[in-house]
Amino acid sequence: MAEKLISKIPDGPLAEKWTKRKSEIHLVSPNNKRKLEIIVVGTGLGGASAAASLGELGYNVKVFCISDSPRRAHSIAAQGGINAAKNYQNDNDSVYRLFYDTIKGGDYRAREANVYRLAEVSAAIIDQCVAQGIPFAREYGGYLANRSFGGVQVSRTFYARGQTGQQLLLGAYAALNRQIAAGTVKSYPRHEMLDLVVVNGEAKGIIARNLVTGKLERFGAHAVVIATGGYGNTYFLSTNAMNSNGSAAWQCYKKGAFFANPCFAQIHPTCIPVHGEQQCKLTLMSESLRNDGRIWVPKKKEDVEKLRKHTIKPSQIPEEDRDYYLERRYPAFGNLVPRDVASRAAKERCDAGFGVNETGLAVFLDFSDAIKRLGHQRVAERYGNLFDMYEKITATSPWEEPMMIYPAIHYTMGGIWVDYDLQTTIPGLYALGEANFSDHGGNRLGASALMQGLADGYFVIPVTIGDYLSHKFAEPKTDVNTPEFDAAEKAVQERIDKLFSIKGKKTVDSIHKQLGHIMWEYVGMARNEEGLKKAIEEIQALKKSFYENVCVPGSQYEFNQELEKALRLEDFLEIGELMARDALNRNESCGGHFRIESQTEEGEAKRDDKNYMYVAAWEYQGEDKEPKLHKEPLKYEFIEVKTRNYKD
Amino acid sequence: MEFNLKIWRQKNAKEQGHFETYHIAGIEEDASFLEMLDILNEQLIREGNDPVAVERGCKSSGPVSFDHDCREGICGACGLYIDGRAHGPDDHVTTCQLFMRHFKDGATITVEPWRSKAFPVIKDLVVNRSAFDEILQAGGFISVRTGSAQDANNILIPHDDAEKSMDAAACVGCGACVATCKNGSAMLFVGARVSSLALLPQGRPEAARRARAMVAKMDELGFGNCTNTRACEMECPKGISVEHIARLNREYLSAKFSE
Repeated sequence: MAEKLISKIPDGPLAEKWTKRKSEIHLVSPNNKRKLEIIVVGTGLGGASAAASLGELGYNVKVFCISDSPRRAHSIAAQGGINAAKNYQNDNDSVYRLFYDTIKGGDYRAREANVYRLAEVSAAIIDQCVAQGIPFAREYGGYLANRSFGGVQVSRTFYARGQTGQQLLLGAYAALNRQIAAGTVKSYPRHEMLDLVVVNGEAKGIIARNLVTGKLERFGAHAVVIATGGYGNTYFLSTNAMNSNGSAAWQCYKKGAFFANPCFAQIHPTCIPVHGEQQCKLTLMSESLRNDGRIWVPKKKEDVEKLRKHTIKPSQIPEEDRDYYLERRYPAFGNLVPRDVASRAAKERCDAGFGVNETGLAVFLDFSDAIKRLGHQRVAERYGNLFDMYEKITATSPWEEPMMIYPAIHYTMGGIWVDYDLQTTIPGLYALGEANFSDHGGNRLGASALMQGLADGYFVIPVTIGDYLSHKFAEPKTDVNTPEFDAAEKAVQERIDKLFSIKGKKTVDSIHKQLGHIMWEYVGMARNEEGLKKAIEEIQALKKSFYENVCVPGSQYEFNQELEKALRLEDFLEIGELMARDALNRNESCGGHFRIESQTEEGEAKRDDKNYMYVAAWEYQGEDKEPKLHKEPLKYEFIEVKTRNYKD
Repeated sequence: MEFNLKIWRQKNAKEQGHFETYHIAGIEEDASFLEMLDILNEQLIREGNDPVAVERGCKSSGPVSFDHDCREGICGACGLYIDGRAHGPDDHVTTCQLFMRHFKDGATITVEPWRSKAFPVIKDLVVNRSAFDEILQAGGFISVRTGSAQDANNILIPHDDAEKSMDAAACVGCGACVATCKNGSAMLFVGARVSSLALLPQGRPEAARRARAMVAKMDELGFGNCTNTRACEMECPKGISVEHIARLNREYLSAKFSE
């Protein structure tokens, strides 16, 4: 099966690869596009922009989302911004630098060609979004404003206050609405994909549950595009939305699509710390805050004790008694080191006993210097809504005292394996955005998720899908009354029946919380062989317990959120196990994946390029069987692979 | 903290709804309102599953359904009518950003779904807001093809216009404005979209068509008229000003004159 991992990277110089590939791809004429149907699952930046662009080209598109409206996809929660190699700041930015920063930020575990293409189309994304009427921040002269983000030394991030994801998604949603009105796209909100239908080895449709009526419905197409985001909610507590899940991607995996680098999960350094056992969701504070905020903990343990007892306020600790540990350890990048580096540094300080709240799991993010330097108004313009949000949640004003932050699960770099065309190992099945694995390697840089979602949806898939569909226009519409659809629907029905039949005593959430504890403990910020083996055992035991003890109230044929959650948790239990398995296999530290066994004397991550410079693509082998590992070697032809250095 | 929760229960769109009251204890004051409902649901599932409780006469309707997703106040999914106010007693927050510290310990809290003809109940506290999508499909977009845009800095936009446009674009589409309006009007929602685009040079050629089409669709879908009570502005979690309704009116009138 190794021949399945053909990355289809075009030959030739890096900067010409995308142009070359585009020129090779067969076109589909307008009259033939009308005969072709495409299913797009998910309406975040990737899905909405893909569905809109494909509909605009003339394909018949069906678009599905689990929310009541496409506008609510989790891309909406992205705060800080979107990167683009515009060089509007004249700070010597370029496509090459954006490419280089992304590859380096990803700790040399992403494909060169994919990342270069991402950087190449980034500028067109900004043009597109401005034309759609997205109110990006402007300078007083009317030109677009930029700010800086972690892991880079230029200002290339475009933003709309702290609501960039919202504005970009509303732009893509508006483009989608335009196509819905034009009749090229049909929208199916409150529908959840529960299985992929494969006919003669090709993706031909999906089984979805109508979340209002509870009925299972069949949808056929000539191709299926998955844009359903990541699987960060495996950890229960994460910054992902409550309904974000890995199920659509997981069903593709179980139907034969390879799943790549599942252990690469991003832990974001600036989240509001966990406040108690009743919490179910963590809130991110945008990385953009690190532009002007300074991260510190006290130098003295006695100050830590006083903070925990609330006998002093952080602002009372004098400058000389503060340890600005990122500035100390990484002078070249300071507070703007990449996320994985910042997260580990926070953990290191907290593990050493310098955590500043009662739980000992928090550090300060302080704006007092910025307020002095820039004044209240300019700080408010940049971060006002984030300050308000922080105050609403914690009842503390960042204007007076520093924010408290701690790392939390935020994004998953791993995902469905795709080739250069974004096609999975199942012909006719594509994966976009966070749902695929391709662009961020072991660690994603800030403001790059929005860029990738829109690059894939607006500029890549509308071109590359033509290569497959140009051979399909003679095929009739997919008949959904075939044995393959019957079998897929029956399997889903059996899953649902089984869940209702258990009638146990444990709620879905209580089991999900247990999974989260195992994941955070053993597959979190620091991992080792012993812990990962334990995680696999414990997850398997928990899965067994789930099928004996879970309680799913109500019935199938109604609006039933507990059933939705139970179906997703079934998949999270399996995803968690594969994450642990992948983390166990990868005995090196790279990006967000930190193996305790593999570190330098200073405690920095130590890569092992000799043994692990590959994409780990896992193939499903059946229920309770170990998945099979395939390796796609990563070749760096155009840049020199180095140790990441943010110190000088 | 502990509370009595008087919650609207309705099996589906067809059946009559009713209030049920539940007691809940052990709530941390830092818990959010929705976390409190999560805990209630855990309790209801356990009780519904407990033969002893059922024998004692506990006839639970099961866990309470409510829409929610990001829990960061940005997706617009959540929206509950709490003690007679859209999104509850705190100002400028969505329900997910409402915290229990804003309630008195031991209080009885009434929780209802959005009440509006245009938003029929699906179940319990969940309503169908697809009318909002339909209004935006009628014209809430700029007709630009993918890939046909000019360089972004060729369109200069004064800083203050961009900021004002952003004020309006902050709408999360939650529906609080409609739910709180005595007329069930969607003017703030429509105004926010029309005004956000009207403040920018992009999309001017279709501005008149946009205003006419969106207002016509809003009327068709059963939303009421605006009588300037400004309740929508008071309850909007994003503090969107009725100034945007004024700009919608201006756009609409000039569109009508240009017909």
